[in-house]
Amino acid sequence: MEHFDVNELKEVARQIRRDIIKMLMISKSGHSGGPLGLADVFASLYFNILKIDPKNPNWTERDYFFLSAGHLCPVWYATLARRGYFSISELTTLRKINGRLQGHPAPAYTHGVPGVEIASGALGQGLSVAVGCALGLRLDKKPNRVYVLHGDGELDEGQIWEAMMTAGHHKVDSLIAIVDRNNCQIDNRTDKVMELEPLADKWKSFGWHVLECNGNDIEQFLKTVKQAQALKGKPTVIIAHTFMGKGVSFMEDDYKWHGVPPNDDQGKQALSELAPTKYGDFIEFEWERAKQPVEVEAK
Amino acid sequence: MLKYQTKELKATRLGFGEALVELGHENPNVVVLGGDVTGSVRTDLFMKAFPDRFLSVGVAEQDMMGTAAGLAVAGKIPFASTYGEFAVGRPFDQIRQSIAYSRLPVKICASHCGITVGPDGATHQSLEDLAIMRVLPHMTVATPCDYHETKKMIKASINWKHPIYIRFFRDNTPVFTDPSSPFEFGKATTLIDGTDVTVIACGLQVWEAILAEEVLAAEGISVRLINMHTIKPLDEAVVMKAAKETGAIVTAEDHQKHSGLGGAVAEVLAQSIPTPLEFVAVNDTFGESGKGDELMKKYGVAKDDIVKAVRKVLQRKKR
Repeated sequence: MEHFDVNELKEVARQIRRDIIKMLMISKSGHSGGPLGLADVFASLYFNILKIDPKNPNWTERDYFFLSAGHLCPVWYATLARRGYFSISELTTLRKINGRLQGHPAPAYTHGVPGVEIASGALGQGLSVAVGCALGLRLDKKPNRVYVLHGDGELDEGQIWEAMMTAGHHKVDSLIAIVDRNNCQIDNRTDKVMELEPLADKWKSFGWHVLECNGNDIEQFLKTVKQAQALKGKPTVIIAHTFMGKGVSFMEDDYKWHGVPPNDDQGKQALSELAPTKYGDFIEFEWERAKQPVEVEAK
Repeated sequence: MLKYQTKELKATRLGFGEALVELGHENPNVVVLGGDVTGSVRTDLFMKAFPDRFLSVGVAEQDMMGTAAGLAVAGKIPFASTYGEFAVGRPFDQIRQSIAYSRLPVKICASHCGITVGPDGATHQSLEDLAIMRVLPHMTVATPCDYHETKKMIKASINWKHPIYIRFFRDNTPVFTDPSSPFEFGKATTLIDGTDVTVIACGLQVWEAILAEEVLAAEGISVRLINMHTIKPLDEAVVMKAAKETGAIVTAEDHQKHSGLGGAVAEVLAQSIPTPLEFVAVNDTFGESGKGDELMKKYGVAKDDIVKAVRKVLQRKKR
């Protein structure tokens, strides 16, 4: 178990952001905005909150984590690698043939990476999966917690609301859902594409405890998760307010960065805004070697 | 004379419901998901016997498939059951991503399949499900021909490590298989041996083929009858052997002509032993309300259609 303090988590989150930028510069394909906005949440989950063993990803006593919005996986991959699920140098293989870092995540027993329990990418499916997992654990009277992370745009999907009802109906209180409330989705701001508000009231009316916090404030996020863990009788959702592209000035709060990677100049600019950390980047030769095949890759 | 006798009529869905209860006693990890049609698909039997392991998700098939996948992640053995169209058409994306691609051993059990669901009409007549499920990598597709075979199939599915789709029916239908004969997914059973032509049937068309064989035998035609209970993985060896030894094949299914059992057999034959082949199936059309037996005749999947198809394929064989 890792229980990094807030200052350590900030350092880890900054390194995760650097990793995301570098991964996307190499892959030249993938999502920038959402993953950058979630670095604080992922650092907190994997280096403080989750009960996990990276060397034994199928540990039966683990907390289960599901990423329902699969396109956010660059932040997940960077976090899993930094946490020791697989080699950091493997981050150079994002979205590449014969690699395990699929454009949208797949479990290790298909062709994905350890730490991924189930495939995601087609939106809106993860809450049902998390509810099923929590119900299964409850049947066995096991104390494992189940966490699931959603994008806010993803909540447009009807299956989410089916699963919200199911979780409320069955009072699945080992379940904590986190909504990345950055108000951005591919086409536009969420209120332009599909109004979600009053979001908290909607979850409440479906039988959930609702907590809100600043998802880019690690201290506040940790405190909110602690609070969620103590709540009983209903599932809990944390609406985590974040900024898309957090940490990179020209990406922050701009929906246009939902699904595109930085080009070389933008990537260098982004890295200059994210100070290097004590953990260090991918080592140089892997970075260079990995770059070669990408340059000839067909678009 | 009929080569198989039936003493009673019983529904395949009842075999499903009873097998679930037996499995519930044998294995504490068996869980059943309910989609508000429990009395119809006979999961009510499991619900009464094991209320704690019966999970209602409401009329929400997409959520049902996702929840089943999550239960499998947690080590449970989930059976997700509803009517055919809503077990396949509605939650296809959930099955594809959360079950098939994720390779989770969820049992998708579809009742009320085919044209024989009758009076409910075309919206409820699942005639595309074999094709839709068969195209998914990692997915096993099977359909029993009577009550006993349904029980055996459901009980065997518990040890099957792949995602599986099992298709059965609403109506009370002839019970004619031997409850004690062995069952294995992917291994077809030859019900009648013959040398002139082979009928490969699945589901309720197996009984129709038994009736057809009596007519054809009286005409001096020696019919081999194969019960192809597993559409995927298809028992290719038995198909190729039939092609070699009888030289003409008819497939029979209560499903669209395209990409079901007939399509699967055609794929094998085209790639190995091109052989005259006729399809008894619904011909690229939706159904309508009516009685099951009336619809089977009108939509071309009854005994007489098999008889005609056999005569036709034998004409082609001679040429």
